[in-house]
Amino acid sequence: MSVATSKPLGAARRWKKPPFIKRPLLRWGLILGALIYLVLATASIEVNWLRVYEGLDRGWRFVLAFSQPDFISRWTDIREGMIESLVMTVASTVVGIAISVPIGLGAARNIAPLPVYLICRGIITVSRALHEIIVAILMVAIFGFGPLAGFITLSFATIGFLAKLLAEDIEDTDKSQAEAIKSTGGSWLQWINYGIQPQVMPRLIGLSMYRLDINFRESAILGLVGAGGIGATLNTAFDRYEFDTAAAIIITIIVIVMAAEYSSGVIRARMQ
Amino acid sequence: MLQIKQLLKRYPTGDLALQRVDMAIPKGQVVALIGPSGAGKSTLIRCVNRLVEPTSGQVILNDRELTKLNSNALRVARRRMGMIFQEYALVERLTVMENVLAGQLGYVGFWRSFLRKFPQSSIDEAFRLLDRVGLEEMIDKRADELSGGQRQRVGIARALIQDPELLLVDEPTASLDPKTSRQIMRLICELCEERNLAAIINIHDVALAQMFVQRVIGLRLGEIVYDGPPTGLQPDVLTEIYGEEDWQATIEKVDEEDEEEAAAAAVAVAVVVEEGVGS
Amino acid sequence: MAVTTNNYGTKVWARRTSAKQNAIWLGWFSGTALFVYCWQQINVATTWAFVWDAPRIAGDLVSRAVPPRWSYINELWLPIWDTLNIATLGTLLALFMAVPVAFLAANNTTPSKLLIRPIALLIIVSSRSINSLIWALLLVAIIGPGMFAGTIAIALRSIGFVAKLLYEAIEEIDENQVEAITATGASRLQVLVYGIVPQIMPAFAGITVFRWDINIRESTVLGLVGAGGIGLQMQANLNVLAWNQVSTILFVILIAVIISEWVSAKVRGAII
Repeated sequence: MSVATSKPLGAARRWKKPPFIKRPLLRWGLILGALIYLVLATASIEVNWLRVYEGLDRGWRFVLAFSQPDFISRWTDIREGMIESLVMTVASTVVGIAISVPIGLGAARNIAPLPVYLICRGIITVSRALHEIIVAILMVAIFGFGPLAGFITLSFATIGFLAKLLAEDIEDTDKSQAEAIKSTGGSWLQWINYGIQPQVMPRLIGLSMYRLDINFRESAILGLVGAGGIGATLNTAFDRYEFDTAAAIIITIIVIVMAAEYSSGVIRARMQ
Repeated sequence: MLQIKQLLKRYPTGDLALQRVDMAIPKGQVVALIGPSGAGKSTLIRCVNRLVEPTSGQVILNDRELTKLNSNALRVARRRMGMIFQEYALVERLTVMENVLAGQLGYVGFWRSFLRKFPQSSIDEAFRLLDRVGLEEMIDKRADELSGGQRQRVGIARALIQDPELLLVDEPTASLDPKTSRQIMRLICELCEERNLAAIINIHDVALAQMFVQRVIGLRLGEIVYDGPPTGLQPDVLTEIYGEEDWQATIEKVDEEDEEEAAAAAVAVAVVVEEGVGS
Repeated sequence: MAVTTNNYGTKVWARRTSAKQNAIWLGWFSGTALFVYCWQQINVATTWAFVWDAPRIAGDLVSRAVPPRWSYINELWLPIWDTLNIATLGTLLALFMAVPVAFLAANNTTPSKLLIRPIALLIIVSSRSINSLIWALLLVAIIGPGMFAGTIAIALRSIGFVAKLLYEAIEEIDENQVEAITATGASRLQVLVYGIVPQIMPAFAGITVFRWDINIRESTVLGLVGAGGIGLQMQANLNVLAWNQVSTILFVILIAVIISEWVSAKVRGAII
């Protein structure tokens, strides 16, 4: 009140939006740093505008190819590649989930002892850090060309995704529910089954559906390094500038992803 | 000043929320709108500023037919109708000052509001209103740091900076404790008196309504079933509005509390008047 | 849950009714059958002789890769810098395009649910369905190899991701705040800036950092198809089977990804 009364009547009181970062030195330092970085980063990209200009024509041909995709001329390749992609997707998701669950349990700090926790977290970190395609290269080198390498790659990638999110979910569970089950004198497995599982099950199912979707999208590139699936056909199509075949493959991928997303939405809604 | 004629609202689900409601409110009158949940109170005040589009009927503010306005004219009309909400409806991640200045959005252009460069007159008025509602210390706090009562005061300041002729108030006290509820109701009614504003206040709490307003309208299933002074709310009237219940206790309680309240109110008003003069 | 009365008049409790139980068995059965079929497909396409040889090959690989050639790191600083720039600039570029798409796609802000929203959703699903490596493959074919193609590829893939998460955030905002701003007589744009933007700012920042983190990982492999970054070095070393340099690169990638994940987690933690 004293603030109000001490102001002389009619004096203009200024108001400015308080800045997001209070300390002016830090604020201007960050802005300046960001600007310098942007300039340096942009400068590091060399653009050959002549090449880009020439490419526009090819780009336009590619866009046009979408209006008349060619499913026919390489139909056998497309069909076999797609089936192989789907097969790898399903098999690797199932195996991936089966391995993720124990690792996820082990990586949850509230139920696992420290050594187990560290090992499981280590596996998750490595799996997440290495891009699928890098793993696929190694797997092809070890197991030879073909869908087996792709299957192992995707299973390994699934672990990093699913086990991490499952572990985080378990760590977020309601402690009192788990405690109540423990207090009944059940064994460790009973405790997990009654105290933890009901809390994380809906999300685990949702995440598994989501991972199925991701695995399919990833399976489309594994063929680039010889690990099976539609990627090999797609790569060939690009190499020969057969944009209409490439468009056909891409459209097929999009349609399958959309169908998978739609059906997983339906399943998740029914699970709730 | 405000006339509502044959106002009817049917929701797409088929529910008839308002059944040809008629009412007229003169300048400076504060009206409490009471009724059970689902009686159409919220729909009614939202039909006035067309946050909800009425199905048929007329809303006339100062000889201007609101239901026929195009979107630009509607925005101009909305500037003169301040609205106060149940859950405050402040933009929680903006500061108190920005929330109050949001009431000026209808008056300034997009870029000025985007860059937060409001005219000095608006800023002066915002400072004055924040002093008046007792929040001068909170100006640069974020809205989600405030308590319920403080938030509703910001909501009131935001409505008043619009320089309205009419206040539409939707359950202003529903999320507040009993003491804060009274303070907020009192503040709203005092401000209406100071500025000679008309107001429609939706309110659940019959006792609170009787305490502060000159006129009560009872709504049931989208129809007006009572329109008169607060003293006329006898048990049979309340039964008609809300249904069978023992109303005697409510009414007696109000009478007792009124006496205590009157004494407390006298003190509070004196304090506020001093403050008002001071600023 | 099902309670039935048996012949002796005792109430019997079972978790599910028998019809529901049968449906669940059927689900498991068809799921297992599908998995077996998929596995069979992989089995047929695999030359098992190679697989049995895998442990020896893997051992051989490891012996060549370990110890990594640490001195090679000095040649990797520039590629790492390029990789970082591809990810950062790609993310920034994506934001510029994703924000309008998100507002057009969200149910409560789209100008037209029948015409514009489906188009925005199609943009999102197309961008999401196609892996950044495929985008890179395409762009290398169109505008030639280099970081520019990589940056654009990252941007194109990120649009869908950012726009999807952002439009879901927009649909979850508190409508009361929007209604309050509308009631002051504000224009559509003002309602957007005062009522909606402040509410989605934290989600926006979180999504951006999250995607940046993913993009670091993705941009490490773009070089495999010629789109710049550290993947180029990896491809070169793989071609000459210089496994001790490949392992150095893998180590660097691992560290870079762990750092970016840590930064991203910190920033997101600070926002929420």
